[in-house]
Amino acid sequence: MKSVMLIDYDMGNITSVANAFEVAGCDVKISRDPAGIANAERLVLPGVGAFGEGMEHLTKLNLIDAMRTHALKNQRPFMGICLGMQLLADRGYEFGDHAGLTWIPGEVKRLEVKDLRLPHVGWNNLKVVKKKSPFLQGLSDEVDFYFVHSFHFIPKNVDVIAATCDYGGDFCAVIEKENIFGAQFHPEKSQKAGSLLLKNFLNL
Amino acid sequence: MKKNRLIPVLLLKNGWLVQSKSFSRYQNLGDPITSVRRLSNWASDELIFIDITREGEYDMKRDDKGHPNRHTIEEIIRDVAKECLMPITIGGRIRTLQDIALRVGSGADKVCINTKPIETPEFVTQAAKEYGSQCIVVSIDVRLDSEGTWRIFKDGGKVSTGWNALHWAKEVESRGAGEILINSIDRDGARTGYDIPLLDQISKTVKIPVIAMGGVGEWEHFAEALDKTQVDAIAAANIFHYYDQSVYVAKQYLYERHYNVRPPDLILFDPREVKNAVL
Repeated sequence: MKSVMLIDYDMGNITSVANAFEVAGCDVKISRDPAGIANAERLVLPGVGAFGEGMEHLTKLNLIDAMRTHALKNQRPFMGICLGMQLLADRGYEFGDHAGLTWIPGEVKRLEVKDLRLPHVGWNNLKVVKKKSPFLQGLSDEVDFYFVHSFHFIPKNVDVIAATCDYGGDFCAVIEKENIFGAQFHPEKSQKAGSLLLKNFLNL
Repeated sequence: MKKNRLIPVLLLKNGWLVQSKSFSRYQNLGDPITSVRRLSNWASDELIFIDITREGEYDMKRDDKGHPNRHTIEEIIRDVAKECLMPITIGGRIRTLQDIALRVGSGADKVCINTKPIETPEFVTQAAKEYGSQCIVVSIDVRLDSEGTWRIFKDGGKVSTGWNALHWAKEVESRGAGEILINSIDRDGARTGYDIPLLDQISKTVKIPVIAMGGVGEWEHFAEALDKTQVDAIAAANIFHYYDQSVYVAKQYLYERHYNVRPPDLILFDPREVKNAVL
């Protein structure tokens, strides 16, 4: 059976992510052990909360080097969800100015949505940019995912954008750079579409 | 395009799912887990669970229904979270940050607070700082007074505060609430439709998403709120428990009339057995 390790850094809904991966059909481990994380088959950084606090927790728990070993040195599949995707950036501007993991050049800023409401909360569809991405296989542009966020990832290099979403303008909803993936929405809360995406991740 | 959400609300009293009328009369509807399973199969956009237990223990009275009896709200949230791959908001009896931690830690995506912010408005700010605004839904229970002003109530609609609902909505927004759930006590269980002027005023007053609640008796009441107000989500409790496949049918009603909702869907499998879904 395929396995996935979820990074437990006290930032939100790890139980829901674990449930969803079990449904998708794999062995789920939840860990904050650097050695285990460095050697995981597949790694997921979930996360709900603020950017600065997320980085602080990862630093305090001494997990950043282990994550680097997994994703950058061993090049195994890595997925960030919501805040977990945003942390891949260079900097985040939620409650101040914070350094991120700097794996994918870019910044995390508040959505500019004109007269729409924030947070962007609810079901919204994607525009798939990388049609051949194995991560997005089987998903059409009509499929909705569940979003809940006020900030978004603005990558320096648009080539890493695998899908966008429109809320007062297009923003980056899915990131893909080699073995590193990120979703701004919550696949673990997105019913059938979410299950399919998690399965795609398991099949990488 | 972002869709308007259709949200079933489940009221939980001492571990049982109940139906409410005027915030004062309650009828037992049965086991919450069974209902959650159904609402999940009908592809609800989101679920709001409100624990209106005032005293006494949690007891589902039975443990012969394929899942164990539960005696704490955390256990119930854990069971609920396992049943559904959709966002869950948990409200009721939240007085401290620790109460929020307990609920989020058990599987809640958001929490809904009502009375504590009225007693200590800074609580909204503290909660939003700790968990992010997106996690904090403030529910506001409202009655129209004889002079035509909406006034807010606390403690499950039992205690009048005399505060103006529009001012309060504005204040909780400025303190960091992520969403407002606005509920009309006058319409609770009345089945005569939402208080449209109230929803209109509240949704014009704030820039955060507003969830409408209270009074739905027909599917067209959902449509009316979307037509006449700027609410982001339409919620209801009782009506979703009256009909088989209620959420599916309600969505179908709206979808066929070109409202901006997700297409009706059924998830007719045990989520644990999904292997090869194709979309």
